[in-house]
Amino acid sequence: MTDTATQQPSQRTVEDLDRLVIRFAGDSGDGMQLTGDRFTSASALFGNDLATLPDFPAEIRAPAGTLHGVSAFQVQVASETVTTPGDAPTVLVAMNPAALRSELDRLEVGGTVIINSDAFQERNLDKAGYSDDPLTDGTLDHYTTYLVPMTSLTKEVCKDLGVKPRDAERSKNFFALGVVSWLFDRPTQPTLDWIDMKFGKRPLVVAANAAAFKAGHAFGETTEMFQATYKVRPAELEPGTYTSINGNTALSWGLIAAAQQAKLPLFLASYPITPASDVLHELSGRKNFGVRTFQAEDEIAAACAAVGASFGGHIGVTTTSGPGLALKAETIGLALSIELPLLVIDIQRGGPSTGLPTKTEASDLNLALYGRHGEAPLPIVAAYSPSQCFFAAIEAVRIALKYRTPVILLSDGYLANGSEPWRLPDLDELPDISVDFTTQFNDSDEDGNPIFQPYKRDPGTLARPWAVPGTPELMHRVGGLEKEDVTGNISYTPANHGLMTELRAAKVDGIAADIPPTMLDSDGPATVAVLSWGSVWGSVTSAVRRVRTAGTAVDHLHLTHLNPLHADLGDLLGRYRTVLVPEMNLGQLASIVRSRYLIDVKSINKVEGVPFTASEIAAAIAGAVDDD
Amino acid sequence: MTTDTSTDQSTTKADWTSDQEPRWCPGCGDYSILSAMQLLMPQLGARPENTVFVSGIGCAARFPYYMKTYGMHGIHGRAPALATGLATCRPDLDVWVVGGDGDILSIGGNHLLHSLRRNVNIKILLFNNQIYGLTKGQYSPTSEIGKVTKSTPLGSVDEPLNPLSVALGAEATFVARTHDMDRTHMQDMFRRAWEHSGAAFVEVYQNCNVFNDGAFAEITKKDKRTSMLIPLQHGEPIRFGTEGERGVIMNRSGELQIVEVADVGEDNLLVHDERAETPSLAFALSRLASGPFMPTPIGVFRAVEGPEYASQVSRQLAFAQDRSGPGDLHALLRSRATWDVA
Repeated sequence: MTDTATQQPSQRTVEDLDRLVIRFAGDSGDGMQLTGDRFTSASALFGNDLATLPDFPAEIRAPAGTLHGVSAFQVQVASETVTTPGDAPTVLVAMNPAALRSELDRLEVGGTVIINSDAFQERNLDKAGYSDDPLTDGTLDHYTTYLVPMTSLTKEVCKDLGVKPRDAERSKNFFALGVVSWLFDRPTQPTLDWIDMKFGKRPLVVAANAAAFKAGHAFGETTEMFQATYKVRPAELEPGTYTSINGNTALSWGLIAAAQQAKLPLFLASYPITPASDVLHELSGRKNFGVRTFQAEDEIAAACAAVGASFGGHIGVTTTSGPGLALKAETIGLALSIELPLLVIDIQRGGPSTGLPTKTEASDLNLALYGRHGEAPLPIVAAYSPSQCFFAAIEAVRIALKYRTPVILLSDGYLANGSEPWRLPDLDELPDISVDFTTQFNDSDEDGNPIFQPYKRDPGTLARPWAVPGTPELMHRVGGLEKEDVTGNISYTPANHGLMTELRAAKVDGIAADIPPTMLDSDGPATVAVLSWGSVWGSVTSAVRRVRTAGTAVDHLHLTHLNPLHADLGDLLGRYRTVLVPEMNLGQLASIVRSRYLIDVKSINKVEGVPFTASEIAAAIAGAVDDD
Repeated sequence: MTTDTSTDQSTTKADWTSDQEPRWCPGCGDYSILSAMQLLMPQLGARPENTVFVSGIGCAARFPYYMKTYGMHGIHGRAPALATGLATCRPDLDVWVVGGDGDILSIGGNHLLHSLRRNVNIKILLFNNQIYGLTKGQYSPTSEIGKVTKSTPLGSVDEPLNPLSVALGAEATFVARTHDMDRTHMQDMFRRAWEHSGAAFVEVYQNCNVFNDGAFAEITKKDKRTSMLIPLQHGEPIRFGTEGERGVIMNRSGELQIVEVADVGEDNLLVHDERAETPSLAFALSRLASGPFMPTPIGVFRAVEGPEYASQVSRQLAFAQDRSGPGDLHALLRSRATWDVA
């Protein structure tokens, strides 16, 4: 135990770390997300590779000081490439007893805890369910603990600024940020600049936050509490210009890019839902790109409005999360039947029902694949890292436009809110995904007169013509009733329904020839492979690297498309004796692979609202190799 | 294109009639509405390629198939939502929504409210026959209390909705009522709706001769109309009857009341004001008859100007471009802190 009163001056050392996993935890009102985000930005600018995991409750402000109200933010910063926010944190910043109680178990043994000691009063201890004071009862025996009276020191430094004590207290997160910025040798200027930029209109807030931040930094430097500071050197990243980005922002920008690459206007219709709302927010602020956004009265209306937009020749997109995807099912079926482009983006969260709104899960694969009545196949694309959401959005729009089909793009809560450095792409290298509207007759009747046949398909893609209202002579009607092949007229003929069902399926199956192969990461012959989809990619990548370092051969196969599956997947899977499929569900992809390829893959499941750690997957790989 | 439409923009009924044969029951009121629309369109000078009919599910929802325009037969209740997306993106189009009372007031009630309050430039025609037709005769949200149907063998205990009151409650900027027995009146109402900028709601009393025959006969039969229909004319005293002998006044408690003109004097009749800023008077008129067995106002209840949705959306796009310049993706990607790795 260390505190300011008892600490003896000592020689301070600087230690190099390859990586640092730090977790900021406090009350929902303590600004922990912001603190974590600032630490992340400073680290990104410093040149580290990193990945983040915001972990917050569904309540806006649960009762202060309770376990329910704890909001946490974890980030891994490293001098090497990282693909996960880290397993166990090495440093925990706990702003109150509830944060300590709820988060301490995650910390690795021997880790460092930095505590706001001012918050450890009897009332707060009670609220957190501590009967004894954890600062003195041995709870912290196995950790390096620093007690810092953050609240009082913040108030003290704000006193002369004319800031009221109550307002000053709000700046204590910046004090904490100052302490860790000093301890881990982060640059301070980016944070001070950001405070100026963010709160510039409120000079007192700027003054208080900047003062608290500087005071925290100075506290680290002058109190002699810390024997060492730590350095995480910049990572060796590919040359280029980088920015820090989370999945929802990357997705939003990807949609803007897709619209530009398609040379069509973007229409986003959505109903607010966690964790998808930020896409609506981001795009609502991009009207200068010609983006129309529409906050609909409900999830169904959002999907319908997007279909209406597509009928009019715009790119109709709707964003949602699980409950909303369930509601949109009938509309997606309509888009599938009238064969118009529609992009449905599902930012998955814990289910069923309201489930875990702010926690991640990848359990909507079955819903995306099968969640419609009738034979209703559609293409599914899944994003696998925060920045990759940008490219996944473009790919999903490409397929929707080219094949005139609804496409479901799966992201998840972890990708949505997690951030990482992103090497900005060369925009000239983005694919041209433009398609032509039909403006001419495409057939002739028995008498040789030119006519328009709305369901006369392109022989290559099986897509039907897209003739938009306003085009002279090509007036036609579409609808959810079964249509006659070629003419599109209503038809209840048995053979026609069979044919149309098969054509719709063949159209989607055919996309397999138009998507990249399975992502294969192999460094030599292996008998064990891990097969992943979605955000678990990060944990698997990290685990595979770790296992290989230990001398074990393992391959990593990753799916960017879930329907149709990559054409090479069956052959690839046949190479291995053991295939592990880690999923944040009870084995949805595993079932698909088993039934499709008759390969008895080994399903590894975690449905706890948090991503797999790399260690969990590494352990599964090691186990499989032992059994192999 | 083989035909040059640039010289002659005029159309005939045939230009608005698709090659699909209507599949409504013989004698259905929908036929006369369809015909009225197909005959009206040439008079309006509208263009088939710039016209879209959108519908949900139900008998009325088959309407788009028979119009030689662009059309979408959507899903149950969602036509206003489909049309909202289309009209928001394509303000250059005439977008019509057609649906029945089950489609638009029951499963799609929510979308009706929101398309009206947003004032999207869509023309919603509610074919109200007070029954579910396509599912073969269950009571609808406009069926009267006590209605005996397949799903209410002892009579309905559901209070019906008053469609015009609902529309006015959502502050629709254009609200009218007409009926399928009077082509000229229907066409007048459709024309007014078409001319209106913003959302227009037209209730059409429509006879379902199979499942609810004669539901409106008490007021729409030729010999009943003069005594049972109260024609609303903007700026004119509200009166009806063969000699205009009956009229509407607002009594001392602020309620509307049907009176003999001779009893109150012509000057005391209520003068219709479809342009009244608040929908209160129109709402009171919508409550005058509690069902199609009492004297019932028809015509335009409300027609006021309000900001149209798509133009507001377009204005914001233009404003954003003026303020921030046209979107630059390269700059957007660099709009937050960036750093270079050499």
